Amino acid sequence: MTHAYTPGLRLAEKLQIRKSRNLPLPGDVMVKKGDTVKFDDIVARTNLPGKVHSVNVVNRLAILPNDLRKNMLKKEGDSVTKDEPIAETRPFIKMFKSICLSPITGNIESISDITGQILLREPPKPVQISAYIDGTVVETIEKEGVVIETNATFIQGIFGVGGETTGELQIVVDSPDEIVTPENIKDSHRDKIIAGGSIIYFDAIKKALDTGVKGIVVGGIRDKEINELLGYDLGVAITGSEDINITIIITEGFGQIRMAQKTFEILKHREGSVASINGATQIRAGVVRPEIIIPYNKEEVSGTAAESSPSENRESVGISIGNQIRIIRNPNFGMLGKVKELPSELQAIETEAMARVLKVEFPDGQTAIVPRANVEAIEE
Amino acid sequence: MINDLNVIVATDCGSTTTKAILIEKKSNEYRQTYRGEAPTTVESPFEDVTRGVLNAFAELEELSGRKILDGEKIITPARGNTGVDIYISTSSAGGGLQMMVAGVVKTMSAQSAQKAALGAGAIVMDVIASNDKRLPHEKIERIRDLRPDMILLSGGTDGGTVSHVVELAEFIGAANPRPRLGMTFQLPVIYAGNKEAQERVSDVLKDKTALKITDNLRPVLEKENLGPARQEIQNLFLEHVMAHAPGYKKLMSWTGVPIMPTPGAVGEMIQTVARKGDINVVGVDIGGATTDVFSVFDGVFNRTVSANFGMSYSISNVIAETGIENIIKWLPFEIDEADICNRIKNKMIRPTTIPQLLEDLKLEHAIAREALKLSFEQHKALAVGLKGVQKQKDISETFDRVGEEETLIKMNKLDLIVGSGGVLSHAPRRAQAMMMMIDAFQPQGITMIAVDSIFMMPHLGVLSTINEKAATEVFEKDCLIYLGTCLSLTNSGKYGAQCLDCVITYSDGKKRNDLLLYGEIKVFELGEGEKAEVEVTPARQFDLGVGKGQKITKEVTGGVVGLVIDARGRPLDLDCRKVKEPMDKVLSKWNMAFDAYPN
Repeated sequence: MTHAYTPGLRLAEKLQIRKSRNLPLPGDVMVKKGDTVKFDDIVARTNLPGKVHSVNVVNRLAILPNDLRKNMLKKEGDSVTKDEPIAETRPFIKMFKSICLSPITGNIESISDITGQILLREPPKPVQISAYIDGTVVETIEKEGVVIETNATFIQGIFGVGGETTGELQIVVDSPDEIVTPENIKDSHRDKIIAGGSIIYFDAIKKALDTGVKGIVVGGIRDKEINELLGYDLGVAITGSEDINITIIITEGFGQIRMAQKTFEILKHREGSVASINGATQIRAGVVRPEIIIPYNKEEVSGTAAESSPSENRESVGISIGNQIRIIRNPNFGMLGKVKELPSELQAIETEAMARVLKVEFPDGQTAIVPRANVEAIEE
Repeated sequence: MINDLNVIVATDCGSTTTKAILIEKKSNEYRQTYRGEAPTTVESPFEDVTRGVLNAFAELEELSGRKILDGEKIITPARGNTGVDIYISTSSAGGGLQMMVAGVVKTMSAQSAQKAALGAGAIVMDVIASNDKRLPHEKIERIRDLRPDMILLSGGTDGGTVSHVVELAEFIGAANPRPRLGMTFQLPVIYAGNKEAQERVSDVLKDKTALKITDNLRPVLEKENLGPARQEIQNLFLEHVMAHAPGYKKLMSWTGVPIMPTPGAVGEMIQTVARKGDINVVGVDIGGATTDVFSVFDGVFNRTVSANFGMSYSISNVIAETGIENIIKWLPFEIDEADICNRIKNKMIRPTTIPQLLEDLKLEHAIAREALKLSFEQHKALAVGLKGVQKQKDISETFDRVGEEETLIKMNKLDLIVGSGGVLSHAPRRAQAMMMMIDAFQPQGITMIAVDSIFMMPHLGVLSTINEKAATEVFEKDCLIYLGTCLSLTNSGKYGAQCLDCVITYSDGKKRNDLLLYGEIKVFELGEGEKAEVEVTPARQFDLGVGKGQKITKEVTGGVVGLVIDARGRPLDLDCRKVKEPMDKVLSKWNMAFDAYPN
């Protein structure tokens, strides 16, 4: 057996990327095929239905559900403003009249003469989708969205928090094993995405937040810092919608782990360019990993061909002897090496479990036997 | 029942892996002979579940030498070493069946609806009730945001409230929820409430949803009628949910009987075992994301799913729920709390990794104990008698606060615990699985403990619906691995006090006498299928389930681990102040009693 299927994270200096930008509900596409877009251009928009409120009119007016419709001042579909009368009783003596006022501005959605309640809906909320990356519109899907293509540096992280954001990339440490400290973060990093290092502690995250840094890319982080930042312990790795004013992406894992040399070098090489990052992570079937996309401008692209997009049904071919891998569990967690052997027989590991293993050779020439489940291919 | 089956191929299309097994009739008995597996292919880039099934078949063909496929077509019937008589399957791919249920009273119709959905194999995402203290707009937003596969609406006994259940229907209508799969289709909604509200519910929902009306699941307060609602859930699972999942239309055309949701099939199997042996059974399946618990007590079946307790995707949630101190208490070595937290989060973000170090294995086993314990507590809380039923009480019961809340799970009447899922089925030593289950479930009295050898209960569950004989034969011979009988105290006492004497008389007449101190656990040799008579005499204040100081004499059966006598008391208390010696030493002693880990 000289071949094994092992998932990995993508790391590419230049790659042709296609990103779908879809609306949550049908709406209008604002651009056309062939258009060049900037990351903050609006490419599609729609309206989300407003919140629904219920009012139990029969209780308010002390009437029976059957009598509701004849006491209504509005009918289904009518618009209402906040505190406008929507129903009233018509007693003989006017001073006994009861009035029910609308609690919101919106529309009458339904009137029920069984339950005696009416449902009101707030006005729709407009939603706009931006391009997120600089590129060219290569496809428009009527009422749904667009596909944008660009040539960019593409790096997948292992975990992140916070959603899409964009800013100029700045490297704040000299080497991938340095700790990112508060002193590394300067006022000039406002609205930027900072990167580098093996770990960042909460004091530095706080400084970044106070400075107005938009995003942080770092090798590792402690579980404690994520809890402190979010205000709760993260139970399952489904992230991206946190309201924390910053996006954090870790490239290696939890704890202090040196950022992979190649990742660090690529980021350093692209320093000063505008990066689009998204911390959204979903670790279930249909895995979503956080991403760092740094598009090239047209001059930079000309003359060099980029690889094909990761979103184009690119089936992982697994690992073979000689491939670069990262160890993703103790012992040797975070270390990079080359696959030396892929024995086919099951082997007993320290726990006595029989597992499929591989032999890895580290840069210093040392070797180790590692379960195949505990390595990650570095897909270049 | 289909009887003339000689070769059966069955798959379970799980979230990550499609597992195929071959069952063959040899010398007039059914045996599971080969197993193959392949990654499930519901997600991109394949988006066709049949690819994974064909790959798993290919592995089976390679291992068994039997030709199952002619291109992409299953060869039927079986002739010699070619073809199979039937293909059957279960599925939990793409997250399984995800439902929302609604009822008028949270502890009555809403709870019955929850039981119906769980029993049909669903994950219940939320329970909406008229009295759940949420404001109407909050309920509506919740319904809209969750995007379930289907909704089960119930409420009102027949002839009872109409307005409350129609109000719930109005909330569902206002939310106008879209199904998770098949964006262009209407969401299936099952109405199983007051039959006098059927027409009005239909008026509200028939244009906005794919409404199905079935019998009321709580026609009178004193009776639940969950069967029709469960059946309708399974029908809609096939018609709507499965039909819109990638490749399932093709898969459904291949199978000889309808595809079942995986937990529904496991539930069938657990019920079959309980019925055949006339015993009380608890079954558990601990996976990466969820833990399912099944029970049959006095013929009453219950299932719960703890959607966020698991060993990989949800591992961090176990810690969030139980607290890190409850994990550390199970570890027989010193470790930094922050280090544990980082290790757990790393498992969460890289869920397919396996422990390579013994320390990591022990950490995972500690977490499994707590995940199992929490899931079982949730199960006990839901497996209760019907609420709202008027009962005659005597004076003593009137002052008994437990009263109606009492769970149906009586630990000292439990005959068999069956464990399944990676951390139990694939534990390097079987004794580790037995320890985890004893510590988590804390059986009382005499209980047999077993594990599912290679996770084939789903396959056998669907098989039991067409050929119960084949399913139970394979279950008994190839699926279940009996670990042994556990005999436990049911109360607590002073640590170190002499608490019981035992005499074990083996079938060859040999006797073994021993005594145990409170806080000890001992394992005695008694191999798989071997019988012995045990006579245990507890000290005056200790109870083995038949009363304080009462002796028991019973014939017990052994297993691959042996006969366990657990004198650690119930509830199991790991408070080092009471134990009066370092807990790591106590834990090491317990581990050594089982020879659970390498030295």
